[in-house]
Amino acid sequence: MATIDRRPGIRPRASLGRRLDVMARVGFPACTTVLLMLLTQAPLDIPEQAALLPAVALCCVWFWSLFRPGNLPPPVVFLIGLFMDLLGYLPLGVGIFTLLAVQAAALGMRRPLSRRGFFWIWGVFAAVAAGAALLIWLLTMLLTFHLLAPYPAIFVAALSIALFPLLAVPFAVAHRSVADPDRA
Amino acid sequence: MLRLSIQARQALARLTLPVLIVASFGIMLLGKADTLIAERARIALGDGLAPIFAVLASPLGHIRATIGETAALWDMREENARLRDENEKLRRWQSIALALDAENRRLKASLNWIPDPGASFVTARVVADAGGVYARAVLLSVGPNHGIRKGEIAVDERGLIGRITEVGSRTARVLLITDLNSRIPVMMETSRAHAILVGTNGPRPRLQYWPEGILPQEGERIVTSAEANAFPANLPIGTVHYSASGAAEVEPAAMLQKLEVVRIFDYGQTGVTAPESISPTPGRH
Repeated sequence: MATIDRRPGIRPRASLGRRLDVMARVGFPACTTVLLMLLTQAPLDIPEQAALLPAVALCCVWFWSLFRPGNLPPPVVFLIGLFMDLLGYLPLGVGIFTLLAVQAAALGMRRPLSRRGFFWIWGVFAAVAAGAALLIWLLTMLLTFHLLAPYPAIFVAALSIALFPLLAVPFAVAHRSVADPDRA
Repeated sequence: MLRLSIQARQALARLTLPVLIVASFGIMLLGKADTLIAERARIALGDGLAPIFAVLASPLGHIRATIGETAALWDMREENARLRDENEKLRRWQSIALALDAENRRLKASLNWIPDPGASFVTARVVADAGGVYARAVLLSVGPNHGIRKGEIAVDERGLIGRITEVGSRTARVLLITDLNSRIPVMMETSRAHAILVGTNGPRPRLQYWPEGILPQEGERIVTSAEANAFPANLPIGTVHYSASGAAEVEPAAMLQKLEVVRIFDYGQTGVTAPESISPTPGRH
């Protein structure tokens, strides 16, 4: 699909190398999310390792939906959610719905949050992650017709909240450097 | 390319998210209506990822081994003393076991006992957790021509770990005895009473439906029962342990938290299909 660049300003000619560079930068959020999700499935032998997958996915979708929503559009989040359902053995659709809901929350709060500092973003994410973990728990119970213990959901929420700063720091650096298409 | 006005394009962009959210409900219904789709997609994904995990396993194993070695060096003295004690104890048990074995063989010979047929087995490496947050299962990496079938029995060096529920071309999934969907006919070793071992997703599955008048004893050994023809008799599972709330639970003998290599036995049992395979068969579609 050939899109015409309508932005003002002078920039170098769109050579093949430059276009590849832009593509890599645009694809950075989605690719790192998928790679990190795959990494959580590696045989690391950490107790409760399964909780890492939803936690990582929640952190990534929240961060990139706030900072580069154009490079993590809803269809990509849909695919990431499907990937999470398949990898994490959740009933199909649970991860998709949850991640889309997280993205909707991020897009809705983008404007007020952009004026605040990191701790605000983290604080709001804590509430969103808790809601998302609750949503996964409720939907899984609904779709499997089983009562499930709430502890895994609480653990997923706590792990997401704890993991967010660890992921947000390198993401913030990437956001200003390798993930910025304008710097191509 | 379709030419749209800026307003139309903005409206479309705003519509994507709600439409996809509705689509996710559609996927939920689809997954509920046809469980085979999800199962096949997962097996295909597992088959694709298993070689990557298998390659990753060896450097990760090295790192873990180095850490473990350092920790072991630290408390070698205490460990040594403990092992010497244990060795002494085990030597006593060994002599008892040898005597019992000899006696057992003598008795069987005098009874014209027909021995159980030996079972064939294959060994496979555990490459990944395959349960997610709300299930307990592991993914095994198996060779291309493995011949493993659903319902076969997975055992580690200490006891039963579960049953094969899904088989791919390079992988097999084992539903652990701790999973919420796991139901296993068992027998208490001293009272010979039958019961059902019910998984709870917790570390210890629960014991249920034992006959009236018999109570599982704390520390009693639990073995599989051949009832319903789903398991061979007398595979060790674990020992009875009463929880703080007074429920009879079983402490699994197998090290379910750190499974590395498991054996998959083909006993040719066909009595009960494994829990997750009670989905419509492909032929009916």
